[in-house]
Amino acid sequence: MSALTLTLKLRLDQRVDMSPLVCQKLMGLDPSDIAALELQNGKAKVRVDSLFDISGSDTQKIVIKNSYEKLDFIGKELETGEISVIGDVGAYLGLGMKSGLIKVSGNTGLFTACEMKKGLIEIDGNTGDFLGGALPGNKMGMKGGTVLVKGNAGDRVGDHMRRGNILIEGNAGDYCGSRMTAGTIAVMGQTGKHVGYAMRRGTLLLWNGPQLPANFNDCGAHTLAFLPILFKSFRSLNSAFSEPAAMFNRVRRYAGDMSEMGRGEILVKI
Amino acid sequence: MIINGVTIDETFAEAFPMKATRAIITAQNEKWAMISAQAMTGFATSVIACGCEAGIERVLDPSETPDGRPGVSVMIFAMGGKGLAKQLETRAGQCVLTSPTSALFAGIDGGTRIALGKNLRYFGDGFQVSKLISGKRYWRIPVMDGEFLTEATTGQVDAVGGGNFLVLAQSQPQALAACEAAIEEMRKIPNVIMPFPGGVVRSGSKVGSKYKTLGASTNDAFCPTLKGMTKTDLSPEIESVMEIVIDGLTKEDIDKAMRVGIQAACDLGAENGIKRISAGNYGGKLGPFHFHLQEIMA
Repeated sequence: MSALTLTLKLRLDQRVDMSPLVCQKLMGLDPSDIAALELQNGKAKVRVDSLFDISGSDTQKIVIKNSYEKLDFIGKELETGEISVIGDVGAYLGLGMKSGLIKVSGNTGLFTACEMKKGLIEIDGNTGDFLGGALPGNKMGMKGGTVLVKGNAGDRVGDHMRRGNILIEGNAGDYCGSRMTAGTIAVMGQTGKHVGYAMRRGTLLLWNGPQLPANFNDCGAHTLAFLPILFKSFRSLNSAFSEPAAMFNRVRRYAGDMSEMGRGEILVKI
Repeated sequence: MIINGVTIDETFAEAFPMKATRAIITAQNEKWAMISAQAMTGFATSVIACGCEAGIERVLDPSETPDGRPGVSVMIFAMGGKGLAKQLETRAGQCVLTSPTSALFAGIDGGTRIALGKNLRYFGDGFQVSKLISGKRYWRIPVMDGEFLTEATTGQVDAVGGGNFLVLAQSQPQALAACEAAIEEMRKIPNVIMPFPGGVVRSGSKVGSKYKTLGASTNDAFCPTLKGMTKTDLSPEIESVMEIVIDGLTKEDIDKAMRVGIQAACDLGAENGIKRISAGNYGGKLGPFHFHLQEIMA
């Protein structure tokens, strides 16, 4: 049984809500049933087969080809299976994802992995603002799972993040780890301004020294025993994070945000 | 049955169900992991008065430990889950948390989860940090030498305690030599501990006593100095008896340990003064696990 492959044949001007096309909702459906499903497109509804050529029938392995930046909500609340996207995607990739795997070969938009609970998202390109964050007005962002970004991330990475790992091989924008409650954000590249803004708990693991805000206090250089275990957990990833050369356990520890509860930490590789 | 001139009694060791857990202690080097492990498993020879039976299972190579440092695997056995959890927590807190450079990890992934460092975290006085890595929760507790890293829980499983055999020899040095040889081989078997000092107990007990307050007293039938005073189980040439007690995760683990231990003792043979191998039991009425010596050595 080959993967259910949806090849985009038409780039509409309005955004498309792809949330009906997740593995658990397609389980047991024939390709003809899937073709007849309707997707919200701006104010209108469009049939799946009017947008995509459909081939294959394994609904637990979905491939979306020719994707572009207006396909939103791909993998929303995904509970099982795997979604591979060839191309760019829009906002809310993996929103509230509960399990499974999403791979994107291109870039992703705003609120990627927003309020994600479990599973793995791999992005080969860049991602927009609020990676792993909370929906506007909500108090809890990502609650579990791992997001790997091989390119750069926008502003407000891990805003209100509660648990899980965000791994960025490139750079992160401003306010990285803002209002973070817990969890781990690792950035191999540079970080922008106001890193850890209003951070309560959690860990920012940085390869390069940030523009440190005044409300973070230097706790000195340390060898931390949990870091080898953390790096070991990345070994299964197809990423620079899994390479033995990336591993270290010697860091300078900064505690903050002291204007908040101050139990967060920025660990900078030394 | 006679092996190398040593008589294997037609009797059996009687063992009991226990609860067990395993923890892995790592440190900067093997020396300090061992110091911590020895402290954690100290005063834990018998549930009669120690609350648990504990021992070092084996030394772990850095490649076998969660944090890639040298480590030691320890096992703790108790009569019930509640008692086991209490002993584990107390010993972890007083002997591992306090030991320089140590870290503490679960040694059993399955089973019922019991607290390892889950409550020790409060020692951090609010500065402790939790990390959930690959589904396992760890606690980073700030201490004066840096950070004490501990896994939150470890597994508790059903186990077997009280497997044993007795070595009857012509002299005390000969009995001890046979037990030392046996322990050396038994320590190579996984999933078992021999909780007494050096793995050997010279004061085997019987149930009950003439004194009402005591639940156990000296096993007079195997005391060589009482040969003429009590209903002895010893022949005239036996001058010393020593016992090896084994706790294991399963009956099969204890079987294996007893087999290699008895064999090692028998290898010294009658010419080295080893005369008999026997075992302690309560008539088969108390413990559901019976280890028949001749079946094990068949």
